[in-house]
Amino acid sequence: MIHLQSLSKRFQRPEGGWFHAVDDTSLSIAQGEIFGLIGFSGAGKSTLLRLINLLERPDAGRVIVDGQDLTTLSARQLRQARQNIGMVFQQFNLLANRTVAQNVAFPLEIAGWQKADIAVRVGECLEVVHLTDRADHYPAQLSGGQKQRVGIARALASRPHVILADEPTSALDPKTTQSILSCLQEINQRFGVTVVIVTHEMGVVRSICHRAAVLDQGRVIEVMDVAAGQVDANTDLARSLLEVA
Amino acid sequence: MDTVTLNAIWQDLSMMGPEIAQALLETALMLGLGLAAALLLGGPLGIVLYLTRPGQLFAHRGLHGVLGWLVNLVRSFPFIILMVSLVPLTRLIVGSTIGPVAASVPLAFAAIPYFARLVEQTLREIPRGVIEAAEAMGASPWQIIRKVLLGEARAGLISSLTILTISFLSYTAVAGVVGGGGIGDLAIRYGYYRFQTDVMVAMVLLLVIIVQVIQYIGNRLAHRLDKR
Ligand SMILES: Nc1ncnc2c1ncn2[C@@H]1O[C@H](COP(=O)(O)OP(=O)(O)OP(=O)(O)O)[C@@H](O)[C@H]1O
Ligand SMILES: [Mg+2]
Repeated sequence: MIHLQSLSKRFQRPEGGWFHAVDDTSLSIAQGEIFGLIGFSGAGKSTLLRLINLLERPDAGRVIVDGQDLTTLSARQLRQARQNIGMVFQQFNLLANRTVAQNVAFPLEIAGWQKADIAVRVGECLEVVHLTDRADHYPAQLSGGQKQRVGIARALASRPHVILADEPTSALDPKTTQSILSCLQEINQRFGVTVVIVTHEMGVVRSICHRAAVLDQGRVIEVMDVAAGQVDANTDLARSLLEVA
Repeated sequence: MDTVTLNAIWQDLSMMGPEIAQALLETALMLGLGLAAALLLGGPLGIVLYLTRPGQLFAHRGLHGVLGWLVNLVRSFPFIILMVSLVPLTRLIVGSTIGPVAASVPLAFAAIPYFARLVEQTLREIPRGVIEAAEAMGASPWQIIRKVLLGEARAGLISSLTILTISFLSYTAVAGVVGGGGIGDLAIRYGYYRFQTDVMVAMVLLLVIIVQVIQYIGNRLAHRLDKR
């Protein structure tokens, strides 16, 4: 489903020189999987995630999603491909001047859907995240958990095959975190959407991931299998992450 | 003041009714043309200034630098000097240098860079993440401008327009004196040159009321549009 091949991304340091945020990293994520990216702060998790929909352009390597190498696409083709990849953010990033329903409608407007179809689809998505009764509220009137559910409904709207989530629960309390994770899990199970989730908490990996990659200094140092809430860690770093959690 | 003087003032003013109406019309014309130019040219210029900033969609150090420098250049001219130096251009565009339409050429010239800066500053308040979310959905630059930038900054843009309108109301007074007409011109002509202080006071009061009304409408509109 997602094949990242020898990806590198470096940033210019303010004091000069280069910082390798992602360093010659390869990774394959299967269709229908919930895949975690875990590591300490600055490990390159967000950068790697943002490479998947080319919010960051790699300096080297290929990004293949749904059999298509995104790095070779024209601007227009890339926009088309991105409509197939939903994204959920830690800070929600909702449009403050649009209601809940209008926020969920946004990606559909972009994709050029008809008004009537948009209304139906928005209704469906709000139902999935249990926010039907908040359709006409503005984001400022919602709790953090509700905002994130709007974010998930919005990511889901255009029927993407993939949803990318960057620390979707880091701004939320433990109880709300659980409900957001269940929500992502339900979407994965009901619609077969592949989910890639960035986190620095092993608890998140345990609770919904099938597999997770441990990142350190821009490289994948281990891919862990998660079965029945048990994480199978082999490197010291992965074990230390387990201890923190 | 006794009733006799009040009566005399009222007589003065009511006799000038048509002239005041004419002056109001001229002021409205100067302001309207200047603001229209600011909206149509200064608005897009402000958006370009914003989009070419470092880290933005079309980050371009060179273009941003040149445009910013031009904007600063025009904005650093005292308005009265700008007016005088634009006389040849005004004659070329309007065919005359007298009257409210001619006066709106330098007004437009001053208003365009002013509004461009206001727009740029207003757009900067939009969180980068919101724009990025739209990019991630596959929004085109045009969709981002229309739906994200203008949609999210709409209250701030109305406030900017309010500030611009009020600043330029006083600029129209300057432009008026040099042949544009309008309320400011009327106040100076009667109050300063003919020592009819009552007319000047009345005109200033009129301007005070207009400013209050514009600010009130601007605030109300901005408040209604702001859902943050
Ligand atoms: N646009 C950028 N410009 C410069 N440096 C950047 C940029 N984006 C990321 N970096 C650097 O790359 C490194 C990896 O960043 P990244 O955001 O991917 O880490 P992360 O694992 O997501 O960390 P966190 O858990 O703190 O979010 C960091 O050191 C960061 O400072
Ligand atoms: Mg991060």
